Amino acid sequence: MKHSKFDVIVVGAGHAGTEAAHAAARMGVETALVTLSASDIGVMSCNPAIGGLGKGHLVREIDALDGVMGRVADQAGIQFRLLNRRKGPAVQGPRTQADRALYRAAMQKETQAQNHLTVVVGEVVDFLMDGPKVVGIKLADDTEIHAGAVILTSGTFLRGIIHIGDVSRPGGRMGDRPSVKLAERLDSLDLPMGRLKTGTPPRLDGRTIDWSDLERQDGDDDPSLFSFLSTSVVAPQVSCGITHTNARTHEIIEKNLSRSAMYGGHIDGVGPRYCPSIEDKIVRFAEKDSHQIFLEPEGVEDHTIYPNGISTSLPQDVQQDYVRSIKGLEKAEILQPGYAIEYDYVDPRVLTSSLSLPDAPGLYLAGQINGTTGYEEAAAQGLVAGLNAALAVLGRDPIHFTRADSYIGVMIDDLTTRGVAEPYRMFTSRAEFRLSLRADNADQRLTPIGIGLGCVGKERQSRFGEKMDKLTAVKSKLTDRTYTQKEVRAVGINVNQDGNRRDGMALLAFPDVSFDDLVPLVPELEAVETGIRLQVERDALYANYIARQKKDVEAMKRDESYEIPRDFDYSALEGLSSEMKQKLSLARPLNIAQAGRVEGVTPAALTLLLAKLRREQKVRKA
Amino acid sequence: MDTIFALASAQGKAGVAVIRLSGPLAHSAAAGLTCDPLPPRGMRVRSLYADDGSRLDDGLILTFQGPASFTGEDVAELQIHGSTASVNAVMRCLSDTDGLRLAEPGEFTRRALENGKMDLTQVEGLADLIDAETEAQRKQAQTILAGELGGLAERWRRHLIRAASLLEAVIDFADEEVPTDVTPEVQTLVTGVMQDLQREADGVKIAERIRTGFEVAIVGLPNAGKSTLLNALAGREAAITSEYAGTTRDVIEVRMDLAGLPVTLLDTAGLRETEDHVENLGIELARKRADSADLRVFLTEDPSELGVQMLDGDIQMLPKSDLREDGNGGISGKTGQGIDQLISHISCVLGKRSTSHGIATRERHRVALIDARTALGAAMAVLESGPDLYDIAAEELRTAIRALETLVGRIGVEDLLDEIFSSFCLGK
Repeated sequence: MKHSKFDVIVVGAGHAGTEAAHAAARMGVETALVTLSASDIGVMSCNPAIGGLGKGHLVREIDALDGVMGRVADQAGIQFRLLNRRKGPAVQGPRTQADRALYRAAMQKETQAQNHLTVVVGEVVDFLMDGPKVVGIKLADDTEIHAGAVILTSGTFLRGIIHIGDVSRPGGRMGDRPSVKLAERLDSLDLPMGRLKTGTPPRLDGRTIDWSDLERQDGDDDPSLFSFLSTSVVAPQVSCGITHTNARTHEIIEKNLSRSAMYGGHIDGVGPRYCPSIEDKIVRFAEKDSHQIFLEPEGVEDHTIYPNGISTSLPQDVQQDYVRSIKGLEKAEILQPGYAIEYDYVDPRVLTSSLSLPDAPGLYLAGQINGTTGYEEAAAQGLVAGLNAALAVLGRDPIHFTRADSYIGVMIDDLTTRGVAEPYRMFTSRAEFRLSLRADNADQRLTPIGIGLGCVGKERQSRFGEKMDKLTAVKSKLTDRTYTQKEVRAVGINVNQDGNRRDGMALLAFPDVSFDDLVPLVPELEAVETGIRLQVERDALYANYIARQKKDVEAMKRDESYEIPRDFDYSALEGLSSEMKQKLSLARPLNIAQAGRVEGVTPAALTLLLAKLRREQKVRKA
Repeated sequence: MDTIFALASAQGKAGVAVIRLSGPLAHSAAAGLTCDPLPPRGMRVRSLYADDGSRLDDGLILTFQGPASFTGEDVAELQIHGSTASVNAVMRCLSDTDGLRLAEPGEFTRRALENGKMDLTQVEGLADLIDAETEAQRKQAQTILAGELGGLAERWRRHLIRAASLLEAVIDFADEEVPTDVTPEVQTLVTGVMQDLQREADGVKIAERIRTGFEVAIVGLPNAGKSTLLNALAGREAAITSEYAGTTRDVIEVRMDLAGLPVTLLDTAGLRETEDHVENLGIELARKRADSADLRVFLTEDPSELGVQMLDGDIQMLPKSDLREDGNGGISGKTGQGIDQLISHISCVLGKRSTSHGIATRERHRVALIDARTALGAAMAVLESGPDLYDIAAEELRTAIRALETLVGRIGVEDLLDEIFSSFCLGK
């Protein structure tokens, strides 16, 4: 039996696991990344794309903290598109198709190059316990590895069941073994669990698709990359194809509904409403006679095509029939059938905002196991768990991201206070402070925090410092003095005739005033580079709204400063209904602000809680 | 820190009403209602004036300097006459003052707690207080929901969820099969809600009535006994009566309390064709006032002969029942017959009207309605520019929804997502 010791162990090398391991290693603690196979690191098991609305915001935030996902996606991106390009910067989200092979290669390269990070190949079968504390892991070959903190990122592997039609078998992703033993150990921790499902479409052989008559979707001419450090696209760029289902497709699916795992009654888990199977689409939106399908290449060298929009749990022969009823796919060969997968997740309301489990000190959970879906959501949680595990090992205070500073904070707060009813995906509408939490200012919001924590490397620190110096210089030129309406009109800018003097930033807040318009007013701005011009424009655009939101943010922060002890006894709180006691006990809000977001909690209940807290504080002080 | 204010005594008529202010502007705002400065700590009798110089009421003003106050902040208490009219007028002046806003439920207590002003025994007693508060909130919500405004609030909620979800769908599912321009539908929904808010906020007619009194006009032919009836109702000789027809030529007003409702009774000239110029002027005025009154009592055998339209809720009674053999349906100011019946009819009709328009009588609601309308107005202006500015339009809509939360309940992102997922087939 072999023994070894690390500071932090990360179990699982998916998107949550790699980001967690890198974050801990960047903090300078010795980190082990344990995976069934080294070649699994950086595998994209679902669709070959990174980013999107809300999701792209998360990737930018991960990057701002010097995480790996953004840099790797930029290496692997083969079709970059900035979604909502014509709308305001707050709701623009970068997205790219990613070459699977390039993504995996880039992630493995980053992982090898990272100091303090060791890849350990093996199957984790158990935790090492010291009383309630998790102090390490045990591998299938009986190797014991001790650590100050363990981060579990087991994705859909917990009691995973794969369904293809009426055939089902245990399994994580296709071809992988489920982790039954580990599931039993988690059972012994008596955590509240739920069951979710998700699905994938059949993968097609691109060489058997007739592309000639299909609509094409190209990437942007001036790609928006993820990383603040990236300067240009690396991989060759491709376009996606677009086709549609038709009456014949729908007929085939309807006729075989009873053979679908989902409609045949084989699946209990709750699926995501924003990513329904093709069976679901046809049943729930019967009036639609056609659905769009994006034919997404899985790589430049890879001829596999991911037909986004037709995930399914129908039997393989039906999949073939309906696929071939679709224009361009008449002769398409299926390389791997679509399937639905059901898996266990842990109700994330038992987690702290560090993603640790208070009842099993030393154990952190991140990614799909917490009821989320998507690479980006997983990676962002990995980052939070990795940073906090390292901070805990170093004996430092945890880092708590908030709804006011990041989408990461929004997600962690949603998960830990509200829980999930379906696989949780990020949307921009989840962020009440959306106008200030933009993809373009993720570095301004988070890089200083990362520098304070010590997870940001030298290169990024200096690049960020330079950018901020430039921004500050330009903004001070723009706020140096105010201009009368006459002066403003003289250079051709038309603003409200309200008689107010305005400075340059206030002028930029008008949607139709651009940086270029201000140059005649402040001639020394002529020399400012394009990137800085754009950033100043975006920072100015929402100034009025952000000022208004500031009041809300302050109110929230004040409520956040009233902390609730982890062991607070809600059952002893007189005047609360038992339903509310139960909800609060499960969510265990960290502070009054979080308590207010727990479903069903009234202002009166909060006042009561606050009163009790103050009394206890006084007793403790006395 | 905002300065907050609220009615600290119970809602409704009382001898004295107490309005409490707390926060940095509490003293200056209280002093702003009077002509003289106030001491930092003390008690002064002062007249209170509105911005336009009109006198609101006389009252006792108590000032407390933080931290030696209930909340730990600067506090002022206005003890004024407990009439709904005075209280509303003063509250309105305060809400028009910059930096002041109406307190949230329990906010004074909360500030006291935050500033460490509650001692142990007070805190222990708080649980009861909270229960009372939630019960009041529940009742308040139910009262609103029971009336016709419940339906209105529900419609606002539905329309706002729909409008916000349309914008959010276009924003958050830009790369899927959702419409790219939902401007016309959102505009229709927002305009509808704005019109309702407009009507509620500035049509606050009934709320005005509660302040100034409902008008009830007594109409009838000359010498039908209108003035006698008024005197009987008022319990004093407010109108001159005689056996000569056409005695009342002006409109005589008597303010009275009918079953808790403020009512102004109008005794009008008898309606008949006459050559008398002065009497004709009186008749013309009588018809005009009767038409604009909230309720009319027709003291006549045949309402159609009076030239005044009988509207919903109006009552017809046969005059001078003391002179009739069969007194059914009749009324007499002389004997008092039928008077109880008339009073219960009036108070029932007016009572129903005042509760069914409960929303806008509350200052908190009026403020919410106006804030929401302002934000919706801003959203409409931005929607003109189409999908490019949906981020801003959505923000304005969010502001409106937040303002209306006390009326329509909380609308969270899950409500929007529910609507989005049930309307659009998503998932590429």
